[in-house]
Amino acid sequence: MKVLVAVKRVIDYNVKIRVKADKTGVETANVKMSMNPFDEIAVEEAIRMREKGAATEVIAFSAGPAQCQETIRTALAMGADRGILVQTDAELQPLAVAKLLKAAVDKEQPGLVIVGKQAIDDDSNATGQMLAALLGWSQGTFANKLTVADGSIEVKREVDGGLENIKLKMPAVITTDLRLNEPRYASLPNIMKAKKKPIETLAPDALGVDVAPRLKVLKVEEPPKRKAGVKVKTVAELVDKLKNEAGVI
Amino acid sequence: MAVLVVAAHDNKAVRTNVANAVTAAGQMGSDVAVLVAGKDCGEAAKSAAAIAGVAKVLQVEDAAYANWLAEDLAPLVVKLAPNYSHVVMAADSVGKNLAPRVAALLDVGQISEAIQVVSPDTFVRPIYAGNAMATVQSADKVKVVTVRPTNFKAAAGGGQDSASAAIEQIGGEGGKGLSSYVGAELSKSERPELTSAKIVVSGGRGMGSGDNFKILEALADKLGAGLGASRAAVDAGYVPNDYQVGQTGKVVAPDLYIAVGISGAIQHLAGMKDSKTIVAINKDEEAPIFQVADYGIVGDLFQIVPELTAAVDKK
Repeated sequence: MKVLVAVKRVIDYNVKIRVKADKTGVETANVKMSMNPFDEIAVEEAIRMREKGAATEVIAFSAGPAQCQETIRTALAMGADRGILVQTDAELQPLAVAKLLKAAVDKEQPGLVIVGKQAIDDDSNATGQMLAALLGWSQGTFANKLTVADGSIEVKREVDGGLENIKLKMPAVITTDLRLNEPRYASLPNIMKAKKKPIETLAPDALGVDVAPRLKVLKVEEPPKRKAGVKVKTVAELVDKLKNEAGVI
Repeated sequence: MAVLVVAAHDNKAVRTNVANAVTAAGQMGSDVAVLVAGKDCGEAAKSAAAIAGVAKVLQVEDAAYANWLAEDLAPLVVKLAPNYSHVVMAADSVGKNLAPRVAALLDVGQISEAIQVVSPDTFVRPIYAGNAMATVQSADKVKVVTVRPTNFKAAAGGGQDSASAAIEQIGGEGGKGLSSYVGAELSKSERPELTSAKIVVSGGRGMGSGDNFKILEALADKLGAGLGASRAAVDAGYVPNDYQVGQTGKVVAPDLYIAVGISGAIQHLAGMKDSKTIVAINKDEEAPIFQVADYGIVGDLFQIVPELTAAVDKK
């Protein structure tokens, strides 16, 4: 069984982002970029499946500008076998990415697609569910644990009240939550090896996908700032302030 | 045009956040209809009909919908969608799972986690863990929107005498057989639910162990508060995943949020900075949590928390 994982290039989670002065978006020039953390979890899970013999090949997919090659290389260095990049400088929204992924799935016929539940830049939490819809496949979102059995996969999901178990017919789309695994670091020899692994580059047109954005971004602004308050010395002072100043207890 | 709210429920009643979604829906269109689908969900349909501002409830009885499987529910919502300008769901684990599947089947984009309705086609939504706010406009025929419940006031619940909306029974689409429900391991708690609690007490890595959360439980019980945690505390196994407050966990906006032993990573702040009053208790006076806290105490939480528990009046 092939496993396809999607990896997105995003501003590194440690970077404090800055909104552009003209309100058109967020400053990305000279900012550290990394693989979306949820996608690292997806890559790790796919590699573990191959190591356990449940998967035969792990394909890392990305869509976006040429620099997304680096993100795919990171996945290859972790252990993925080869990459597919749909290269475009157009703004890509979740529905467009889901359509590009569907084109890749139609071509590669994986038994499982694993994606991060959410990208930490646009925070949409939509691409995996959209892909499952377009393929007519089952979906296991917010996965905490995966157990592959014959022709089916059991997914433990993180839900509002705790955990939920569902069983999916394969092929399926999985979206990862934080506790699914702890992604490995790529070793230096594996980083070197990854340089020789193949990455296929495609254009959205060649896949017959219209990637035009469905949502027009009118403006991007700073959120209202919260002012730092005061430090109190004693619990008695705190209780007094909460009662008489804030009026919350 | 009419707006369809898809309600999560436990058969007895719709979730409390449905009342918040109804308020948001009322800002998008005129008539608000609520879809209540499930097995033996008549009581839940009645609870939806009692929410102020609801014009009609669509009740669907079909065993396929008993466990909220998106593969089965999405086709039902898609079939109803052409009669509505918007499909709205609360951005909880049910809405986040189902709404994008509906959107893709309709070939429309999704507006995720809207916090403000500017006009029927324009919404404000947080991006980058709430460190930027995007105003987005949708030209799609049907707008599929998930809304952050804490940003919309709950519509009033109907009392005994209030006029209830009509409940219309409609047929289901049956199951697709793609997925099945196996079971759940839900956290049992007598405390208020995190996202609707008036007071939330949260612990972080500084708690040191799951056992140490007992001192927070004592404080929470005295205040009638919900109990939350940072990602670090959940990852360390101190508390279950459903306690997590933050960018990718739950978003809370209580009157009072008490952060104990939480340093205040931006991912955590994303889930709680809309709280009315924030208290931080941390031994590190440089911790970023103090930059958003109204009141901070620098010191040993194992001394301060029990002292605070003793000092507050029982609620």
